[in-house]
Amino acid sequence: MESAGRAWHQIVIDVLKANEVRLIPYVPDNVLKPLIAGIHADPFFEAFTVAREEEAVGIVAGAVMAGRRGMVLMQTSGFATLANVLASLPCAYQIPVLMMVSERGTLGEFNIGQAAVWRTMRPTLESLAMPYHVVTRLDECEFVVDRTIRQAHLTQQPAALILSPLLTGGKSVTPKVVAQ
Amino acid sequence: MAEILTTAHNAKRMYRFDLTQRLVARLTKNEAVVGGIGHTNFDLWSAGHRAQNFYMLGSMGLAIPIALGVALAQPDRKVFALEGDGSLLMQLGCLATVATLAPKNLTILVMDNGVYQITGGQGTPAAGGADYAAIARGCGLPNAGWAADEADFERLVQQCLETDGPHFIGLKLDDQGPVTQTERDPVQIRDRFMRGMGAKKSKLPG
Ligand SMILES: Cc1ncc(C[n+]2csc(CCOP(=O)(O)OP(=O)(O)O)c2C)c(N)n1
Repeated sequence: MESAGRAWHQIVIDVLKANEVRLIPYVPDNVLKPLIAGIHADPFFEAFTVAREEEAVGIVAGAVMAGRRGMVLMQTSGFATLANVLASLPCAYQIPVLMMVSERGTLGEFNIGQAAVWRTMRPTLESLAMPYHVVTRLDECEFVVDRTIRQAHLTQQPAALILSPLLTGGKSVTPKVVAQ
Repeated sequence: MAEILTTAHNAKRMYRFDLTQRLVARLTKNEAVVGGIGHTNFDLWSAGHRAQNFYMLGSMGLAIPIALGVALAQPDRKVFALEGDGSLLMQLGCLATVATLAPKNLTILVMDNGVYQITGGQGTPAAGGADYAAIARGCGLPNAGWAADEADFERLVQQCLETDGPHFIGLKLDDQGPVTQTERDPVQIRDRFMRGMGAKKSKLPG
């Protein structure tokens, strides 16, 4: 798959545009910074912060039902707040709500809270039977993101894309920070 | 004589089903209506199914966010969110989001009975005096207010239909329960709503 020197966040932006995914509500994450900045800089998108990730799931669900596609951006801890609304809204009603989760809590995490909540993400996705893919490689990024988004809309199912530190570099351990 | 300001204390306690019927009767342009968990969507259903109704069954607190999503997707269609007080309390932050995005076509109706009626009528933690219209104003919705009585409600709904929002109307309720229950078939509710929004077209009837 051709990534042509593009960074992961540029690939994501290109794929979102190709799939007409315009509405991007989010709760910010440090690793997502370049993606969020790129999305805000592009008038194609309507991007804004929300108070809680649950709210964003509701907004995208409503928009999709009214003909406008969207994706929620969040970090692992945000995903952990969502089991109830995912089960009872996009899963039960079969609404293709897309989520992109910056994976914190693994591969060099310095914050024990993030590491603890990380352990809940895959079991939650599995128990919801929600399709998800972990993006680890730049050369696979376009294919995985594009096909996951397409399948979600074709099958009327929500889906999650997890951005691994293997792809993004994650949030690196700062030697000066002893505890946080 | 100075106009008497309607507050959370002097607003008349009204019957949710009657108010819902009055709202629906004024909808002539395929306006979308999103009913929140429990009795708000039950009474919306009881008022007569419309293809533009969405009945939310589980995700407590998301009626306003769902309605906001519909409003953003279709700026030319008026959208109403019917939300319970307990539900709003669970997702108060969404009022700030609505104020910031300021969709002109969105109206929020809060059905305030002071209790979690569907789970047995337990009082909400707003009993200490939380005032939803004041909270909405504090979030940046300056025209948020309480409906004084049924006639005032009708006047306010008409204003929402004719002027730019976002609008917020608080409704104090009596303690009467819902008329019937919504048929709990989420996939069918979603499919019909999408057709009602013109977002899905197929040859299947219904
Ligand atoms: C997250 C979550 N917590 C608790 C419940 C259980 N529950 C369902 S409806 C409801 C009360 C809703 O209260 P309100 O919005 O005031 O509506 P009313 O029942 O008074 O019409 C509760 C607590 C739930 N569905 N989801």
